[in-house]
Amino acid sequence: MRHIISLLMENEAGALSRVAGLFSARGYNIESLTVAPTEEATLSRMTIVTSGSDAVIEQITKQLNKLIDVVSVMDLSEGEHIERELMLVKTRAEGNAREELKRMTDIFRGRILDVSDHTYTIELTGSGTKLDSFLNAIGRDLILETVRTGASGIGRGNRILSL
Amino acid sequence: MELSGAEITIRCLQEEGVEFVFGYPGGAVLHIYDALFQQEKVKHILVRHEQAAVHAADGYARCSDKVGAVLVTSGPGITNAVTGIATAYMDSIPMVVISGQVPTYAIGEDAFQEVDSVGITRPCVKHNFLVKDVKDIATTIKKAFYLAKSGRPGPVLVDIPKDISNQKCEFSYPESISIRAYHPQGPGDIEQVKRAAELLLGARRPMVYAGGGVVLSDSAAQLTDLVRLTGFPCTNTLMGLGGYPSTDRQFVGMPGMHGTYEANMAMQHCDVLIAIGARFDDRVVGNVEHFAQVPRKIIHIDIDPSSIAKRVKVDVPIVGDLKLVLGQLLEVLRSSAKKTGDISDWWKQIEEWREFGGGLRYKNSDEIIKPQFVIETLYKVTGGEAYVTSDVGQHQMWAAQYYKFNQPRRWINSGGLGTMGFGLPAAMGVQFMHPDATVACVTGEGSIQMNIQELSTCRQYHLPVKVLSLNNRYLGMVRQWQQFFHGNRFSESYMDALPDFVKLAEAYGHVGMLIEKPSDVEPAIREAFARKNDLVFMDFRTDPAENVYPMVPGGKGLSEVVLSEDL
Repeated sequence: MRHIISLLMENEAGALSRVAGLFSARGYNIESLTVAPTEEATLSRMTIVTSGSDAVIEQITKQLNKLIDVVSVMDLSEGEHIERELMLVKTRAEGNAREELKRMTDIFRGRILDVSDHTYTIELTGSGTKLDSFLNAIGRDLILETVRTGASGIGRGNRILSL
Repeated sequence: MELSGAEITIRCLQEEGVEFVFGYPGGAVLHIYDALFQQEKVKHILVRHEQAAVHAADGYARCSDKVGAVLVTSGPGITNAVTGIATAYMDSIPMVVISGQVPTYAIGEDAFQEVDSVGITRPCVKHNFLVKDVKDIATTIKKAFYLAKSGRPGPVLVDIPKDISNQKCEFSYPESISIRAYHPQGPGDIEQVKRAAELLLGARRPMVYAGGGVVLSDSAAQLTDLVRLTGFPCTNTLMGLGGYPSTDRQFVGMPGMHGTYEANMAMQHCDVLIAIGARFDDRVVGNVEHFAQVPRKIIHIDIDPSSIAKRVKVDVPIVGDLKLVLGQLLEVLRSSAKKTGDISDWWKQIEEWREFGGGLRYKNSDEIIKPQFVIETLYKVTGGEAYVTSDVGQHQMWAAQYYKFNQPRRWINSGGLGTMGFGLPAAMGVQFMHPDATVACVTGEGSIQMNIQELSTCRQYHLPVKVLSLNNRYLGMVRQWQQFFHGNRFSESYMDALPDFVKLAEAYGHVGMLIEKPSDVEPAIREAFARKNDLVFMDFRTDPAENVYPMVPGGKGLSEVVLSEDL
């Protein structure tokens, strides 16, 4: 089952490789991983999308907690949460497709960031499945390039991951 | 007063009460060795290979409550040390390894003797540090010692670039340290402890399964109290031997692949299993699906939450320091109005298994030396009082089976990683810790050659270790598996072109003995151990066809044990 795990860790050289190394050494899946500093300069926030049985997910959170650089861990998918991913797509945009792509971008609440004679560059934010749906909707033939950030997540309401 | 990074490093070791640092000099640690030279508190032990430095520090830590200390240079110094570090990591041994690194300005330029030490050791240390500022050395080393010995112990690496060890700053050693993301466990949750007590009191077929955690946390007394109080049978894993007295009737032997029949059958058929500082590893429970076929309640006490429910489902997990949790459990049991149930039928069953399995047995011979006989004789001659280190293979299993350990920290072996070459350097560490104690290294002709250069270190420091090499001319455990599972095709397991070990020992300045007849075994061991001040290398020519029994073949369940066929 898919899980989205959020963690705070020391903003230090090597901390990311400890987490990444843990996943590869123990054979855990990483679907996506995002990391960036937080408002507290000494901390980084990481979001990992992974999958596995309940036992595997339990081990993942325990092993993450064991890392000295990891300050706190939360399995966001255990409760109400929001997740968002940013995608930039460069598409072929010629003839009738230009209008159709513009319409589709509006439906998905995306934005066209850049336009050339033959291409559009579209920005889209949402859950991973929404981004997948957009790619399916415009058709694979038109896509020249995609770049996705991987999911970032946060708990709803009073679910707060802090020190 | 300003001190150099090198001087600070040594001052930190002094502050931590380090008596011995095991190491090997090189370019990147020249400043540190210079600082070492100019003081007397910390004694440096010069080994002949960095791997041996780590094993020696490891042996030193295992036979005491101290943190092992190692000093090696960059590049090949640290890569040679990695096997030792991984060995210590797998067995949770407290250790601080200080490694030199190329100067900060050269890092990443493929400088001479440069390797990414922090990267290369990351998967086999509890934590590691690269020090980039001389002002950080003291706090980093303080943190390293704190991390190494607290919680679940383990090795910690501190990598110090050469320019940092040469820069100066004011020195003050921090009195205490806190790491915000690190909070070692204290006592267990009392409600969980009560639930555990409830299960134990209601058990009809209880079993106590105690591992290396008991030794590491110095909880042997508490374990013994628990077993005596309840009257339950107790097994100690390879890492836990000595945690409960092996000669006691309630001890059913070691469990697992080469455990006793009764220990394995009791593990399999108990209704309540209490695991104490043990981790249900593959060599202990074999096939986990097979193990899970028999319904039983499992209580698991461990300081590391990730050890709990890793391989088997647990009914009552208790995370905490074993010594404290066992104290809590004893208190709850003692104050309980309810008493333990009648388990006489269970003991009757265990005695039947004991009878059927015949305990540990082998067919002795007048013609050829049986390896088990050597260990039994060693036990007899040393009165069970020796510190016994071992290498890895058949001899390790025979030593674990036939030497009866009644005290913790007497049995020193590489259980998790299974590192050949561990025994001799570990024995050196033990002898440094206990200069007047009897230290025996049980090894084989394969393992001993993986660190035989340390005979030179033993000579330099006059370490009177007794080496008992069970020389069967085979990598015996490999040969045994090839016999059982690979159609007798002894692929590369025969040891040809062996040296004359007697001459070799003599060449290093020690005493060598060749023992070929069973009748010579006891006199030879007596003579060797009577030579209090000499290292004696005993080359026993043992039966090459002997196998380790009982055996639970890999991937099989605990009750699918193979007993010795010729008995």
